[in-house]
Amino acid sequence: MAAAPSQIGGYILEHLTFLTNKPQTTLVNFTVIDYDTVFFSVLLAVLFAGSFYMVARRAAAGTDRVPRGFQSFVEMIVEWVDSQVKDVYHGTNRLIAPLALTIFCWVYLFNFMDLVPVDLLPDIAKSVGLAHLKVVPSTDLNGVFGLSLTVFVLMIFYSIKVKGPLGFLAELTLHPFSSKNKLVQALFVPVNFLLESVTLIARPVSLALRLFGNIFAGEMIFVLLALLTLVHSWAALASLSGWALMLLQAVLTFAWGVFHLLIITIQAFIFMVLTIVYLAMAHEHH
Amino acid sequence: MHINLTLVIQMAVFAVLIWFTMKFVWPMILGPMQERERRIAQGLAAANKGEEELKQARDGAEAILREARERAGVIVDQAQRSANEILEQARSAATQEGQRLVAAAQQQIELDAARAKEQLRQQVGALAVAAASKLLEREIDAGAHEALLNEFAAQL
Repeated sequence: MAAAPSQIGGYILEHLTFLTNKPQTTLVNFTVIDYDTVFFSVLLAVLFAGSFYMVARRAAAGTDRVPRGFQSFVEMIVEWVDSQVKDVYHGTNRLIAPLALTIFCWVYLFNFMDLVPVDLLPDIAKSVGLAHLKVVPSTDLNGVFGLSLTVFVLMIFYSIKVKGPLGFLAELTLHPFSSKNKLVQALFVPVNFLLESVTLIARPVSLALRLFGNIFAGEMIFVLLALLTLVHSWAALASLSGWALMLLQAVLTFAWGVFHLLIITIQAFIFMVLTIVYLAMAHEHH
Repeated sequence: MHINLTLVIQMAVFAVLIWFTMKFVWPMILGPMQERERRIAQGLAAANKGEEELKQARDGAEAILREARERAGVIVDQAQRSANEILEQARSAATQEGQRLVAAAQQQIELDAARAKEQLRQQVGALAVAAASKLLEREIDAGAHEALLNEFAAQL
């Protein structure tokens, strides 16, 4: 009853392939585009922005009204994000808090797509003639790096804006090793620069890869669990072992789904908190 | 594992989303929330103040009531005292009046008695004179014997 290796491989590969305008053979190719990632990113962005904007308009319409339902939920998130930002950053930059809210909600929605049954949307897409569909934007390196590189650009921008170009350069070259002796200090500069640039560049990379790794692994578990009944399909209902396998798959998928619910929340939270921390550090003088 | 144009699009969408949240979502949610928070705090403060004022008013009312009660007590006491006084005065006045009346009555009685005595004496005198004149069967010269008769009458 075991599935043929090629069938398993094909199934997994199908879940790893993006819906692109043309096959991508090299690691970097800026003429290729992942339609699915773009589509779901924009869809979730509209979902987030639209629902929050509706609440914002209702909230701004009158403070006399008692908030209830979705408005309370949104206000709870906003207040929570606000307190997270205030814990770390005490300055006056008015970008950080909205940025944190955007990241938390958007990344959470990205990750939440992982909880949609793995084959549901790809099968629907197949029925309308799309060969592949990857529904989780945070399992696309472009998706996660799109976030972390934007954060990185903001980090650099605010570092230079707050400390000045020279201050930012000094931060990169005069730490962690410093000396009162000018000559020794001059020797330290390249070493410091090397260390500090690695530290700096590691931030967006780790930010993106941490999220990507966790969600990708989670999706892969769902795919592997789906393999349990892959070859049986409806024929599984004919035998007792088929029923047992299906039950096993259902129980395991549910258990992993519950656990994954925790992971997607934590990953969104970590991404948000680290962004706040990095931007707060960009505002700090040494 | 690949990097492509999606990255750039993703960054652009993200930038727009950040701008939108910063412009239209964050301040329009947090602002009213803070405003509402302020109003709730004000309301609570006002409630506390009202409660405090109510307590003070209640204390004041109680004090006023207590004072009124005390004053009423004093007034009742005074009234009682003055009533007693008036009663006492009336009693003594009545007693005096009674005594006066008794004394007047006594005087009147004495006067009447004296008058009656006098009348009686005169009548006895006249009677004696008449009796004597009858006895003597002659007319006594009233003028000549008046002094004698009066003396006789006085001895009665």
